[in-house]
Amino acid sequence: MTHDVVVIGAGSVGTPAAFYLAREGLKVLVIDRLPSPGQGSNKAAIGGVRATHSDPAKIRLGLRTIEILSKFPEEFGYDVEWRPGGYVFVAYRPEEEKTLRELVALQRSFGLNIRWCDADELLRVVPDLNPQGLRGGTYSPGDGHCSPLLLCHAYYELAKKEGVVFRFGEGVVGIEVRAGRVQAVRTTKGLYPTKVVLNAAGAWATHVGKLLGVDHPVYPDCHEAGITEPVAHFLDPMIVDIRPGPGSANCYFHQVATGQVAFCITPEPPILGEDRRETSVFLPQVARRIIQVVPRLAGIRVRRTWRGLYPMTPDGLPLVGWVEGVSGYLVAIGLCGQGVMLGPALGELLARVVMGKRQPGDQIILENLSPNRSFQTQEVLR
Amino acid sequence: MRLETHPILEVKRPEPFTFFFQGQELLAYPGETIASALFAHGIRVFGRHHKDGAPQGIFCANGQCAQCLVLADGRPVKACMTLVRPGMQIAPLDGLPQPPPSPAQLVLGEIEEIEVEVLVIGGGPAGMSAAVELGKLGIKTLLVDDKHRLGGKLLLQTHRFFGSQEAVFAGTRGIVIAEKLASEVRAQKSVEVWLNSPALAVFSDKKVGVLKEGRRYVLVRPKILLVATGARERSLLFPGNTLPGVYGAGAFQTLVNRDLVRAGHRLFVVGGGNVGLIAAYHALQAGIEVVGLCEALPECTGYKVHKDKLLRLGVPIYTSHTVLAAHGHDHVEGITIVQVDEKFQPLPGTEKTFACDTILIAVGLDPVDEFYRKAREFGIPAFACGDAQEIAEASAAIFTGRIAGRKAAQVLGYRVEVPAEWERTAEILKSKPGKVHALPTPPALPVFPVIHCAQEIPCDPCASVCPLGLIQVDPTDIRKPPRFSGARQCSGCGRCVAFCPGLAISLVDFRRDPANPTVSVPWEFGPDKLQPGEKVLGVDWEGKALGEAEVQGMAQVPGADHTWLVRLKVPRDWAVQVAGIRLRVREKAGVPVASLPIPEEAVVCRCERVRASEIRALIRQGVRDLNEIKAVTRAGMGACGGKTCRNLILRLLREEGVPPEEITDFVTRPLFLEVPLGIFAGMEEP
Repeated sequence: MTHDVVVIGAGSVGTPAAFYLAREGLKVLVIDRLPSPGQGSNKAAIGGVRATHSDPAKIRLGLRTIEILSKFPEEFGYDVEWRPGGYVFVAYRPEEEKTLRELVALQRSFGLNIRWCDADELLRVVPDLNPQGLRGGTYSPGDGHCSPLLLCHAYYELAKKEGVVFRFGEGVVGIEVRAGRVQAVRTTKGLYPTKVVLNAAGAWATHVGKLLGVDHPVYPDCHEAGITEPVAHFLDPMIVDIRPGPGSANCYFHQVATGQVAFCITPEPPILGEDRRETSVFLPQVARRIIQVVPRLAGIRVRRTWRGLYPMTPDGLPLVGWVEGVSGYLVAIGLCGQGVMLGPALGELLARVVMGKRQPGDQIILENLSPNRSFQTQEVLR
Repeated sequence: MRLETHPILEVKRPEPFTFFFQGQELLAYPGETIASALFAHGIRVFGRHHKDGAPQGIFCANGQCAQCLVLADGRPVKACMTLVRPGMQIAPLDGLPQPPPSPAQLVLGEIEEIEVEVLVIGGGPAGMSAAVELGKLGIKTLLVDDKHRLGGKLLLQTHRFFGSQEAVFAGTRGIVIAEKLASEVRAQKSVEVWLNSPALAVFSDKKVGVLKEGRRYVLVRPKILLVATGARERSLLFPGNTLPGVYGAGAFQTLVNRDLVRAGHRLFVVGGGNVGLIAAYHALQAGIEVVGLCEALPECTGYKVHKDKLLRLGVPIYTSHTVLAAHGHDHVEGITIVQVDEKFQPLPGTEKTFACDTILIAVGLDPVDEFYRKAREFGIPAFACGDAQEIAEASAAIFTGRIAGRKAAQVLGYRVEVPAEWERTAEILKSKPGKVHALPTPPALPVFPVIHCAQEIPCDPCASVCPLGLIQVDPTDIRKPPRFSGARQCSGCGRCVAFCPGLAISLVDFRRDPANPTVSVPWEFGPDKLQPGEKVLGVDWEGKALGEAEVQGMAQVPGADHTWLVRLKVPRDWAVQVAGIRLRVREKAGVPVASLPIPEEAVVCRCERVRASEIRALIRQGVRDLNEIKAVTRAGMGACGGKTCRNLILRLLREEGVPPEEITDFVTRPLFLEVPLGIFAGMEEP
């Protein structure tokens, strides 16, 4: 039996993609080496979803994802705990104020609903922010957050209903190519003929690329996150503090729909590699940072911590599209930790790419995110 | 509802103080936990779950789950672990708590890091024994324990220990062993003890996070980690299984034996292992009615002597029976049990319902071995001992602790040996109850002991306490039942009766009145319950009524520590059969009541209120990964981190016929317990 598309990876990107591909009438098979959907980095995500990026491709994908999520229960019948609480980037120093103010201008030029708030206004949005030294910050009320786990699982159920077959616990060991065209995917358990292979293997995408002799510039970078006990609702937006601190480039946290506060830092220097074992460094580092932004967090109890992988790229932008040199090899990789917030829109886009039904707005996305690009620029706001 | 007297434990309370529950002024005593102080005032519902309003209360009483959360001065705390303080304002936690207000000042400190040779987690029998061995060698050791006192579960064990008297304090009560071991630990100069200091996580950078004295986060870098974290109680699935009043047997013993609170009035025990049998006996000692005990297997799995004690006291034991439901609205009001066939399937029509306010679940223990497994994964040299290594008696834990202490010393380069006999003793002490032999024929002598102990169990105090050496237990294998030799004249001193941990020896004395000999039986319910001249029911070893016996008096053997000998005047026909007495015929105890409505369906994850049907549905859809069940239902995402529901989910998978090799277990993650974020930022708790 030949498939139209074999998707490698049942995570934040591969699962929605499989659904949207199947909805086009394609025969889709999803292979994942892990035992169930979303067990790679999806379950490590804390669920922030924003359109307030600084690259037009990501802005478009972000906006579209927000649109999908806000209509998700009505359209698909699943509650994915979408909460449009907005994003707040805080500024406690002139440096961050300058960066953020400049960015607001750029983001507004792309049509994003974001504005600069002075300290008083920001405190009205987030009364629990530490007022000491607060200069203000940006507020983008259209952004929000959802449950990555429920989102991935909803797409998994939807995909199954569309006839997608999932094979878990199978590692991909080879991709057969004849005359420059993808022919089949070989796993630890079988051989699956297909016309198209979609690499959506996240932090493990380079392993798939190597099977085809393609060296994808994707580097797993380990971040650690945590979650508290649930408390009564007190915090609407995702709070981001881009001040560098000892050992970290930034921190961000929000209160999820079920009441817990989820928090994360970006380690600086980055912790490269696939090691996801817990370290003693994270909690003291992150607690100090986030308590200084919202002192009220001090009394809330931490429940769990974990590490997850950010598949980073040289310029901070994903790699999306057909890979030159191997016909039928499509990638949606290097999401830089933004698989959840870009995945749904990417899934739709990938379906259009495979079906050859591109829309006018797709061009700039596929150009900016082309896997065949030169990687010379850097995104301002990752 | 506090115990005013106890036949074994000394009830000595310091000056009380007042605290408040929902504004009402109540009395508490220094050293009481919030949970015990509330129980003492009959308050057993501590809050309502934020998802479905289900009543919440004590479940583990061991800091492992989070069912007992209350608001103490506005902050959610575990009532079972937090000591009540004068003036404290306690409120039930109904729904989600408000986040505590911002601290007045943000004083962030550095996280202290210390190095030790050995870190021992757990100050129970195993951990203390290990620390003593390390201390004797002068090895720098840190012992941390999450409770406010050293002793672990020994503090709940008011009964005498089995085992070998030479080696492990056999015949001594657990509470006394706890004190002895604790003072030995304190005598070791190189051993530092932190109480109220739970270990929170073992990290891959070879450090262990500890919440020092409940206030301050400290990272400890040990050369060797010794894990003596004991066990946690297994739970069961049945409708009403999360009603307040359904506890682990250990939880109940904590409230009754440690905190001296009458945690219930009418008790039913589910599980006939040693834990269930002993808990039922402890309840009787605390003046709590035991309505019955059920065991799903055709025979109780605990020691026969423990079971016989209950039978003699008139507790009905229902073998081949399991619990069908707990009844009640906000609290347990009854239980229905049902007979099961050889495949453990309920037999319709055999249901029996009893009125009770407390149900103890004693269906086995699992090692608390998370830290050990993490240490191994992260390449930290580590040893597990006691129940954390293998579930067994505390006497075995003392031995495996000693062995682990010595082995740790060896790894550190100390030239010490682990004596081969230690290993052998540990193995013997771990052994399960064995074959039941025939009781020997009593001799025709003027005075002699009758041994009502026929099962192979590791125990020998009777042999060691006989001053004339007339009782023998095979010294090479103390599991063999004891035998009275009668080679010399027994003096009738009664030491064997008083010191037998199983209360399974009586002394028959024909010397004064050959027609109505005096029989001495052991008694652990205090001297004031019986009056000379009183008529009691004499019963045989398994509780069968023999006839009326007259109490002649009470006697105590020197050093017998609260065990009394009841001297009975008994007709000679059944004098050798009598093994104990029953005060009154317990008519009411075993009589079923009319059936009660079956409450809501069984809850698998009590933290997130996930029901069995939700998980069964997923299993039937083909879900085999516990992490997927967690992602979809939140089972295992709660405060206890899957400690309670993991086993129950695995049980459901088994019931649905899923082969074990298809199952993926939960990924375990830090933290072991919930701790305020501020603590990790170097803030100190007030």
